[in-house]
Amino acid sequence: MRYEIRFAGSGGQGVILAALIAGEAAALFEDGLYVVQSQSYGPEARGGKSKAEVVISTEPVDYPKAVSPNLQVILTQQACEEFSLETLPGGRIIFDDFFVTSFPQVDAYLYHLPIVRTAREKIGRELVTNMVALGTVARVLELEKIVSPDSIRKAICARVPKGTEELNARAFDEGYLLFKSSLHL
Amino acid sequence: MPEVAFWQGNEALAYGALAAGCRFFGGYPITPSSEIAEIMAEELPKLNGRFIQMEDEIAGIASVIGASITGMKSLTATSGPGFSLKQENLGLAYIAEVPMVLVDVMRGGPSTGTPTKGGQQDVMQARWGTHGDHASICYAPSSAQECYEIAIHAFNNAERFRQPVLILSDEVIAHMREKVLVPEKESIEIVNRKRPVDVPEKFVPYRPDPKDDLPCMASFGDGYTWHVTGLTHNDWGFPTNNPEEIEKNINRLMRKVDRFRDEIVRYETEYTDDADVVVLAYGSVARSARRAVRDARRRDIKAGFFRPITLWPFPDKELEKLARRVRTIIVPEMNCGQMVLEVERATKGKAKIVQQSLVNGELFKPKDILKVIEEVA
Repeated sequence: MRYEIRFAGSGGQGVILAALIAGEAAALFEDGLYVVQSQSYGPEARGGKSKAEVVISTEPVDYPKAVSPNLQVILTQQACEEFSLETLPGGRIIFDDFFVTSFPQVDAYLYHLPIVRTAREKIGRELVTNMVALGTVARVLELEKIVSPDSIRKAICARVPKGTEELNARAFDEGYLLFKSSLHL
Repeated sequence: MPEVAFWQGNEALAYGALAAGCRFFGGYPITPSSEIAEIMAEELPKLNGRFIQMEDEIAGIASVIGASITGMKSLTATSGPGFSLKQENLGLAYIAEVPMVLVDVMRGGPSTGTPTKGGQQDVMQARWGTHGDHASICYAPSSAQECYEIAIHAFNNAERFRQPVLILSDEVIAHMREKVLVPEKESIEIVNRKRPVDVPEKFVPYRPDPKDDLPCMASFGDGYTWHVTGLTHNDWGFPTNNPEEIEKNINRLMRKVDRFRDEIVRYETEYTDDADVVVLAYGSVARSARRAVRDARRRDIKAGFFRPITLWPFPDKELEKLARRVRTIIVPEMNCGQMVLEVERATKGKAKIVQQSLVNGELFKPKDILKVIEEVA
């Protein structure tokens, strides 16, 4: 089994941290998985487009980057145009419904979810967009029986700044429920 | 039970160095190596070690040579531009026989080049960057796990052979995070430099043991007198113009490594037993190459994989043996063709060599290597 996840958006949306936490959850809080996490590095990650990837496998990972992601979380229109078509046929794409308004025809299950709006309106901090996004991913990884939501929750609490655990966990839970109660388009 | 970590290549290198007993870091931060300096700055004081950020890379390696002479296992880390600056003092460490480890996290060059992009353009600099004859020991790790293990090997060989040992990482390996199994401290083999057994009055600092061509190393402050110079010297460490002593000095510097070449050389193969086409790759590119070879096998192409782990000494004998029974060797590199020259030298025309070059700062995609495999298969 090799499962590839890509988070794509713009610098400041926290996609690298989301991927890092997903990677830590699989590497440190699950048994027997091989995990590699990589990201765009350099000026583009500090404003402009940003992407981060996680490869989870039951065997040692050869090529460390995503070839055709099983799951993509896309948070901007620009990222949508650049990456959507790379999705594995029959895979999943979760689009943010505030920043991504139109998307191409792709052979994948498409979800159009209020990720940014949930962070902004339900939690009151757009800063936690990445944790809402991570919540949606957690539900997919649960369905795929790869990583449990509990492992991701643990990884969040181990990684985020002290005192913000509750805020981040709340955003994560909202994201999880968001995907759980959603239907693909 | 080994502990599990999720580390970037740079983090794994730093923690591996600490596990090897490194207690001094001197350097100047530079992308994409800076995490190594950051971690050493954080961790060394907790271990009663020392971290110094010097005014530039030249001073960084100078401080490392000085620290090593006092008996501390010492590390510096840099990238291409800094590697260029360090070359002069690297030569001093070779001639004065000072153990040290230098990590060069490769980015694109020449000059300041592409700081945030990957590259493999420093391969020949790691062999011949400093002037004069010297034996290079240089590793190219291909995963975070290997970064940790190679950091330990590098220190062990620096101590054993009393010379600089180089680690050529690259931006891709440096910044990707990977699961690492951190071995228990007791299970790690640690090599320390040979200390003098004679009393200080009888100590001859560069008199080698004929068994291994290696002299014992005293530490400054131990009461042993030792003259350190960049000039070619006699056994007492003093400059010499005596042709016999000059020749003896230089030949021994080469021989002390050459004669243990088989113990130093490391490489890895996959599917080479029945291969017609072999892809030879190192560092991050080896990850793409291995995938391409596996994809080729799924298409019933008899492809194999050869990964030098030591770039220097190069596994030339081993590769030549393989070249006798394969038709073609493909050499993908993130440079305009450096290791391919060594592959040609080693294989002596026994197999067709196909060079594949990529210098846009991106890692090879497996499908691009697969395409070449399919073309030559």
